[in-house]
Amino acid sequence: MKKLRMTKTAKNNFVTYFIVLIAYIVVQMLLKTGHMSSLMEGLLVPLCIYVMLAISLNLTVGILGELSLGHAGFMCVGAFSGAFFSKCMDGAMPNGIRFLVALLIGAAVAGIFGILIGIPVLRLKGDYLAIVTLAFGEIIKNLVNVLYIGKDNNGFHFSMKDSISLHLGEEGQVIVNGAQGITGTPHDAGFTVGILLIFLSLFIILNLINSRDGRAIMSIRDNRIAAESTGINITKYKLMAFSISAAIAGVAGVLYAHNLSTLTALPKNFGYNMSIMILVFVVLGGIGNIRGSIISAVILTLLPELLRGLSDYRMLIYAIVLIAMMLFNWSPKAIEWKDKIKEKYFSKVSFRKEKEVK
Amino acid sequence: MKRFNKVMSLVMVSAMAASLFVGCGNADAPADNAAPEANNEAAAPEAAEAENGDAASGTFKIGGIGPTTGSAAVYGLAVQNAAQLAVDEINAAGGINGVSIEFKFEDDECDAEKSVNAYNTLKDWGMQMLMGTVTSGCSVAVAEKTSADNMFQLTPSGSSVDCVKYDNAFRVCFSDPNQGAASAQYIGDNSVASTVAVIYDSSDIYSSGIYEKFVSEAANQPFEIVSAEAFTADNKTDFSVQLQKAKDAGAELVFLPIYYTEASLILSQASTMGYEPIFFGCDGLDGILNVENFDTSLAEGVMLLTPFAADAEDELTQKFVTAYKEKFGDTPNQFAADAYDAIYAIKAAGEKAGITPDMDMSAMCEAMKPAMTEITLDGLTGVGMTWDASGEPNKAPKAVKITDGVYTAM
Repeated sequence: MKKLRMTKTAKNNFVTYFIVLIAYIVVQMLLKTGHMSSLMEGLLVPLCIYVMLAISLNLTVGILGELSLGHAGFMCVGAFSGAFFSKCMDGAMPNGIRFLVALLIGAAVAGIFGILIGIPVLRLKGDYLAIVTLAFGEIIKNLVNVLYIGKDNNGFHFSMKDSISLHLGEEGQVIVNGAQGITGTPHDAGFTVGILLIFLSLFIILNLINSRDGRAIMSIRDNRIAAESTGINITKYKLMAFSISAAIAGVAGVLYAHNLSTLTALPKNFGYNMSIMILVFVVLGGIGNIRGSIISAVILTLLPELLRGLSDYRMLIYAIVLIAMMLFNWSPKAIEWKDKIKEKYFSKVSFRKEKEVK
Repeated sequence: MKRFNKVMSLVMVSAMAASLFVGCGNADAPADNAAPEANNEAAAPEAAEAENGDAASGTFKIGGIGPTTGSAAVYGLAVQNAAQLAVDEINAAGGINGVSIEFKFEDDECDAEKSVNAYNTLKDWGMQMLMGTVTSGCSVAVAEKTSADNMFQLTPSGSSVDCVKYDNAFRVCFSDPNQGAASAQYIGDNSVASTVAVIYDSSDIYSSGIYEKFVSEAANQPFEIVSAEAFTADNKTDFSVQLQKAKDAGAELVFLPIYYTEASLILSQASTMGYEPIFFGCDGLDGILNVENFDTSLAEGVMLLTPFAADAEDELTQKFVTAYKEKFGDTPNQFAADAYDAIYAIKAAGEKAGITPDMDMSAMCEAMKPAMTEITLDGLTGVGMTWDASGEPNKAPKAVKITDGVYTAM
């Protein structure tokens, strides 16, 4: 029976994969039988995107222990690099391969940005780090907003002023048009792709956490001085966690860009509002709890849509529900109460089991 | 603890599954509850419709999408109110082909992703035609979906080029390039000025779209652009630098392809500087006379190209403005006028095509597409408006000048 015995963490991870798999099967069944409303069908890909963002930010916040408020910036970088590639290569490559390469490019570019931003930022700690990441997120958004890139027979043209100063030839096409962003990105994102990417991100993050590197990262979180004194290279491990987290956010961005035909860097989708939204997913689901992040991302994305019936009051209700859920999850009294219930329930179960054994 | 994990995972799986089911099951229920609430100011026939909401076969279901919360809410609410007004009027007068209209408006928070969600919500409600979306970015994203579903779409105010790139989509407003080119031609043809400065919002699609076309058209015109300065949404309170540059370059006219809030600041800052060029704007400037705490005497002599002015003397505008003020306590802006015309355009095209409520949305779209190009509409935003298959409206821009605190046609 040695084969079947799993460690506690392996079992725990398996449960996480299993939840995602079950959700996928249930959704596929509903889709096949036609029981899915258009709203839910349209929400499937965004759900995958937010789940990926939440688990990737959890790597920075929960495992590395640094509060990052610039996560949407990495998503933005990934989205624009991926969409830019797809727009350039549309028609020149088979769709599937093009999308795959776009995903890789998005991950790579966001990862590189993660390293570049991480080098100065990760020298800071706590609140200071949070504020500087917030600033970097905003910088990325604003840079994208003034970026003009066009393509004609002579190759690529860049400008930071306006699309006229690109001086494109006759056949020229403006690909990134400043504040107007990229329009006409091919629609490649689908639910299956999204779920596969969630599996991949889960695989990377969960394995990282349980690896030697992951333990080194967590030791930095728990006690930086102790970690340093045992010879752990703090900069290296911090950068590793930060850039992996950024790369996964980049992939989520590529998925986002290929789900909507218009991509603009607004405060709404790539500004600090979004960064804080992702942080809310992580905090509600439990800092360091990957499975919790998935569930809270799903719930908090669905909630405003399911509350549409309440018209304009839904924003108010959403906020109230958010406060209530936070209190329920994290207030000491609520935790005490939940423990009591748990104890009661479990003592009954174990009692029954004992009886059954007898 | 292991057992706890098992139990918890089971609970969570079922919770997730349940939330999905709930999502499907509820899709119809809140829609019906919401109708009376959202339209609580609706007239009697509309309220009656909402109550027996299941009589889907007996009504045309028209959906609307726009921001009713967030920073762009003023545009979404204007469209929602004016469209509701038009729907109530049409219903009171007997509806389209004798069938009344049911109108439902969904919020998109000016976010493309939310807009697609709103579209899907309306589809679950049974929408047959879409009057939306209000903003350009969202409109492009939703047009992708309506084109895939083959649903008839008429956007009141989505002005960017890509909004109507599919054959099922039409618009009521001018496109951004159209406005830019028309402004440049107007300035050139009427020799308003020989040196021109532009101040525009580079973070706004509307503004930068007009600006680009204005500059390219200006090359063919007898005036010269001597300065072009941008600002962004994050930095739109102090315009002294941009104005100083325009002044130093000796511009006789400052072109402002922006919205009226920023324009009112520019006007007062220019007056403080003692700089008095001619100010020229597009339809975004409509509403400048209603800005709070703004000295309207500063706007004296401002010229703008707009399809709609709330103080116009014609009977239709007067009737609309009075009804709108009475119902919503506010002066309608050009977004409201576009939406009002949009509903009447749908009515005209619907009557031309002879659509019936039992048609499915694809068949209805096929009937509406050719009908749309055959109608001529005398609306608030233009007399004798026609559409071609590309989705663009043909109407003449009206140039108005502010004299003695009112818009006067030129």
